[in-house]
Amino acid sequence: MPLFFRTLFKTRGEAIAFGGFLLLLLVILPLALPIFRLNLVGKYLTFGFVAIGLVLLWGRCGILSLGQGVFFGLGGYCMAMFLKLEASDPVTTAIQSTPGIPDFMDWNQITQLPLLWEPFKSLPFTILAIFIVPGVVAFIIGWAMFRRRVGGVYFAIITQSIALIFALGIDGNQGFTGGRNGITDLRTLLGWDIRTESAQYMLYFLCVVLLFAVALLAKYIINTRLGRVLVAIRDREDRVRFSGYDVAMIRAFIFSFAAMISGLGGALFVLQVGFMSPSIVGIVPSIEMVIFTAVGGRLSVLGAILGCLIVNFGKTMFSEAFPDLWLYLMGGTFIAVVMFFPNGLAGLLEKIPTSKEKYLQMLGRSKKPTPTSPTTKVTSLSDEQ
Amino acid sequence: MGEYTSEELQSIFIMQSFSGLSLFSVLLLMGLGLALIFGQMGVINMAHGEFMALGAYTVYYCSHLTSTYAPAFGPYYFVAAILLAFIVCALLGALVEWGMIRHLYHRPLDTLLATWGLSLILQQTYRSIFGAREVTPTLPDWLMGSYTVKEGLDIPINGMFVLGLSIVITIALITFMYRSSFGLKLRATVQNRKMSAAVGINTAKVDRLAFSLGCGIAGIAGAAFTTIGSTGPDSGSRYIVDAFLVVVAGGTASLLGCVVSAFGIAQAQSILEFFLEGTKGKVATLLVIVIALMIRPQGIFPGKVRGH
Repeated sequence: MPLFFRTLFKTRGEAIAFGGFLLLLLVILPLALPIFRLNLVGKYLTFGFVAIGLVLLWGRCGILSLGQGVFFGLGGYCMAMFLKLEASDPVTTAIQSTPGIPDFMDWNQITQLPLLWEPFKSLPFTILAIFIVPGVVAFIIGWAMFRRRVGGVYFAIITQSIALIFALGIDGNQGFTGGRNGITDLRTLLGWDIRTESAQYMLYFLCVVLLFAVALLAKYIINTRLGRVLVAIRDREDRVRFSGYDVAMIRAFIFSFAAMISGLGGALFVLQVGFMSPSIVGIVPSIEMVIFTAVGGRLSVLGAILGCLIVNFGKTMFSEAFPDLWLYLMGGTFIAVVMFFPNGLAGLLEKIPTSKEKYLQMLGRSKKPTPTSPTTKVTSLSDEQ
Repeated sequence: MGEYTSEELQSIFIMQSFSGLSLFSVLLLMGLGLALIFGQMGVINMAHGEFMALGAYTVYYCSHLTSTYAPAFGPYYFVAAILLAFIVCALLGALVEWGMIRHLYHRPLDTLLATWGLSLILQQTYRSIFGAREVTPTLPDWLMGSYTVKEGLDIPINGMFVLGLSIVITIALITFMYRSSFGLKLRATVQNRKMSAAVGINTAKVDRLAFSLGCGIAGIAGAAFTTIGSTGPDSGSRYIVDAFLVVVAGGTASLLGCVVSAFGIAQAQSILEFFLEGTKGKVATLLVIVIALMIRPQGIFPGKVRGH
């Protein structure tokens, strides 16, 4: 067990930070916050799943995906379809012209449940689909692109286009997906009302436990050989390829893994918030998830979760008090983080105990490229600069 | 398509093609600016759409000033406004390059994130200055109306003007890139930055000029945009994905590819939009491009220098 422990945490400080954070989320916040705020924290934490995926994908492997909202959305829509079918049993929907199908289908003159919706009557299938659907979609996209050695900037643009296509596609097929309003009015999970306070507490704790399980899994990946290969691919892709590793396969795998945990996050989002709509899967939310990760620290699993909490708290508080200032602040923070603290909050916290010199060095790093900097080596189409 | 006669279909195709030409002009101008910034310099400017919106707002502001203070100048202000849109955007572009981009050339993915932050700030600035409502400049009379070729077939004049404008800009840019000493320096810098610096090219200056030129062209795209739609704070962001796809599908370093792919994307969207309701035409077009790019990532005209 100690050996396994050492694989997860390299230093004692890391383990303490992890434990402290767990204590904060499991004990302190539930005691200190009213359920309304705690539910919000739970919602922010579901973005943490995406952020952990981005740490592996972007921070460690150098692939920036601007389409993670798609996978969050796929997982969320799977869950929402199941809950919606349960909420539209023939008794409660008796006033519809076709009882037993979701209300938005009835409004769109659809008289029969579409074939794709049928399997989502089963919970085991839904749970499986939450992981499999995003995972397979990501693997196909990743495999198609990484095999052609597409990466870096190009990959970011393509994934962003996919996010746009996905959001527009959901928006445009109202009868099938609920359209712009999304899938709303979700009530029960196998008869258990998810809107009550006790259910929200339960779901919050479920979310925290699953998030930490995923975080530990991510840390395990980072600290094993696979994690080191990921960093090697980020820094010198060609050398890893010449050493006999299947770079495309490893990238596609990690992209698919990140998509799966994003899907889990999406499902937990739906359970806690009670709806799913295209506004949470498009270009803007996908980039925002990257922002959370960048602010928290693209290299650190814990930092990424912290980034989700801090940015979202800031967003909620500022947009309540000064809605006009919020976008300035968010844009400004983002520029500052990218230019001066590329490793985010976690990078700053790690630097505090060391000498002042190193701190200054880090601030000045944006001036000159250092070959060891994690962000220097990215594959782009024209690598000749 | 069964319910249309062949003659109607022909008219629909011609009409939609002409409305596609306006979209083509905007996409082409957006794409040319991006092709300079992204294709040549490798910088992903997510705020490119906001530069376009800035150009559109400049035209709106000129129109507002003209109608308030010098109504007699009304028929001519548009030409001056286009020039002003170019200058304003180019100046802001130079400022952005100096303050932000030049520190990030070695981290292309981070330029994407930083310029996204910039686009948030610019959008909010537009909202504070011009309001959240969409605005439309008063276009001079000679741009309004349409030319009737035959019954059921009208060609809008503003569309023709915008098309002409974008053709002029394209030719000017290509001449500039391949016939001027700055174009030579820029192409040299793209191919080999260190060697260019060694033979005495001021690469930092080349970078700044190229970036502000790209932004200036985005400003002209904004001016062109005012003739086909109304401008809001987020107008630019609606075109940014299309513009990037134009550049990528054309082959990142190729200006000619940019023209071809802008034409294809605009025509496909505008013709499909007629037959498929709502956003489905756009979804279908984007889906085809993305799948095509997965199969052939180098685009239509791949650059000669292509490293991994």
